[in-house]
Amino acid sequence: MPAEKKDIISRLQKDMLILQGIKPAQGGNPVQFGLRAVEDAFPNGCFPTGAVHEFISTGAETAAATGGFVAGLLAALMRGGGACIWLGTSSTLFPPALKAFGIEPERVVFACIKKERDVLWAMEEALKCGALAAVVGEIQEIGFTASRRLQLAVEESRVTGFLLRHRPRNVNTIACVSRWKISPLPGDIEDGMPGVGFPRWNVELLKIRNGRPGTWEVGWQAGRFRIIEPEKQTIWLNALPQYGSAI
Amino acid sequence: MAKRFAAIWFRYLTTDWFGLKHPELVKLPFVLAALNRGRKVITAVNALAEAQGIHAGMVAADARALIYELQVLDDKPGLDVKLLRAIGEWCIRYSPVAAVDPPDGLVLDVSGCAHLWGGESAYLKEIVSKLKSKGYTVRAAMADTVGTAWAIARFGKVSSIIEPGGQAEAILPLPPAALRLEQPTLERLQKLGLYTIKGFMSMPRPALRRRFGQHILLRLDQALGTEEEIIQPIESVEPYQERLPCLEPILTATGIEIALQRLLETICNRLKQEGKGIRSAIFKCYRMDGKVEQIAIGTNRASCNTSHLFKLFEINIETIEPAPGIELFVLEAPKVEDAVPLQEAMWSTASCLEDTGVTELLDRITGKLGANVITRYLPDEHYWPERSFKAAASLQEKATTEWKTDRPRPIQVLAKPEPVDVTAPVPDYPPMNFRYKGKLHTIKKADGPERIEREWWLDAGQHRDYYCVEDEEGQRYWLFRLGHYEGIKTNHWFIHGFFA
Repeated sequence: MPAEKKDIISRLQKDMLILQGIKPAQGGNPVQFGLRAVEDAFPNGCFPTGAVHEFISTGAETAAATGGFVAGLLAALMRGGGACIWLGTSSTLFPPALKAFGIEPERVVFACIKKERDVLWAMEEALKCGALAAVVGEIQEIGFTASRRLQLAVEESRVTGFLLRHRPRNVNTIACVSRWKISPLPGDIEDGMPGVGFPRWNVELLKIRNGRPGTWEVGWQAGRFRIIEPEKQTIWLNALPQYGSAI
Repeated sequence: MAKRFAAIWFRYLTTDWFGLKHPELVKLPFVLAALNRGRKVITAVNALAEAQGIHAGMVAADARALIYELQVLDDKPGLDVKLLRAIGEWCIRYSPVAAVDPPDGLVLDVSGCAHLWGGESAYLKEIVSKLKSKGYTVRAAMADTVGTAWAIARFGKVSSIIEPGGQAEAILPLPPAALRLEQPTLERLQKLGLYTIKGFMSMPRPALRRRFGQHILLRLDQALGTEEEIIQPIESVEPYQERLPCLEPILTATGIEIALQRLLETICNRLKQEGKGIRSAIFKCYRMDGKVEQIAIGTNRASCNTSHLFKLFEINIETIEPAPGIELFVLEAPKVEDAVPLQEAMWSTASCLEDTGVTELLDRITGKLGANVITRYLPDEHYWPERSFKAAASLQEKATTEWKTDRPRPIQVLAKPEPVDVTAPVPDYPPMNFRYKGKLHTIKKADGPERIEREWWLDAGQHRDYYCVEDEEGQRYWLFRLGHYEGIKTNHWFIHGFFA
């Protein structure tokens, strides 16, 4: 009887996920991000594609770290020859650097748009376009309504969106599937060895709908993500009320 | 189809215009004069002055001696061509091909136009009476060739319309000047007693060429139609153009949208049959008051998708000011390219830049926010970081070289390197610490230097020694020293970017 109940509960949970807009990837084979330990925190145990993810950065250094992490995610999304559009109000991204993260920079279309309102419009339009692999938008301020529009667009088209918010005035509640914060960590090379080492970040998943937030140390090495001692670092943030689910 | 041409001659073009500008002059004899070697030489005369023996080329003072009350006005250089151009543009309502024929005429290619006005004589009468009502003295003629029409307009005495094939007969009684010959040739013909074309037209051609040059034969052939004459239209006719005249002037946005939709459908159907697509299109609205409102679009890839093109135009429809109403809509496609026929995808897996969905999205973005908003980058053969990539010209352009990955490059760069205060121990060692935006960063680890030489053939300056440094918090920066280490000077260190 308890086994039966468990079955029912897990089935209901799956149904709820679908109702909430989190669908399993089409075709049955989800995109492999190589983030095994992090992916356990997500609903269904796989990175939610076809959703909008929010990334918060506070300074130029964290913005660069966020850019690196997002580039790593993009590389996985664009693996099958897909195209991506990167929208923003300024062009600070250095295209040749994307190659180091496994992205063909010529398959990324950059749009440098003066007004943030127009960036939002363009992002919504881009998210409606199912032919794109991913959309990245650098938007400082976004309201709840605007984020709802983005969410509705991706639910239709199944495009993955990344919302990079650099120094937002207040971290308001928005209708995104997750909220991330990436900050740089010192490279882990042995003492006495010269050089800087591979990029390493402290990846904080502050909020995830139907998942468990957590913190990991993630590095980028040999063209893929590397999780560094996840067991030791993971801190469950379930108890913190301010990171509760948005919707 | 047989060609028909109409020539319009403005006998007093510039003086008529002055008369229109200054109505008080109309009843007076007046001339236009321009300074020539210190004298005022008459360039144009009006009908009253001409009747009293004044002609162009006279000195103004001599003419004054003949007529006491003669008004001498300053001529405006280039006025005749400007006027002819304006009148020619107006004449496009009668024929799409109108050409300026300086100094005092217009030529229209009227092939297949006259029946719309109820025959050739009605057509010509309409043009002449319209121009006369505006205040110009005009004569017009129509013939199979430009040369004959020109001759009849200026020298014809019998009929202004020469029937098809009748040009030889028509020009026989005319003076040689009707053949648009040069002054020395005309004088020589005059001297030899050849006062009409009839006198020399039947002469053997070698004899004519020997005595008067090749030019006379060319002009004769052009008048008779054995030699084709090409005219340069004022507005070139777009090969892909659709027109939609309206019975009632259109005032509303809905009306404009319907017109645009209809024009797009016709032009797209035509393009589809020819296997082409629009790269750029202009939608022109001709208003009742003579002004033209237009909106233009461009696409990133040849397209003949009506709904997509309509969406691109739709953003700008509100900028069209119908004012008194729009009487004619014209849709032109100046840039048309072969469209690769789309293969129906049986399943959509991978997406790419060639996808119609993506190009249509980019079209919408550029249509709304400007064409320079979108860039795609390709590698360029330069070591200098700012030049290591270039903007791609089109969505289809492929990279000719590989992206370099052998050196670390930061993911974020500053638009312009910013100077930082640095403590550096010895030459070629990375700095110990640096101060950026008031914050001191102590450097724990560093890579470098990577020396990048200035491309002296492109710009002058010193080389850069780049260091990738990491501070105590693990934040990674891209610093460089401009030029060689000099010990005392500390202000030529810069921060250029941030590593991921």
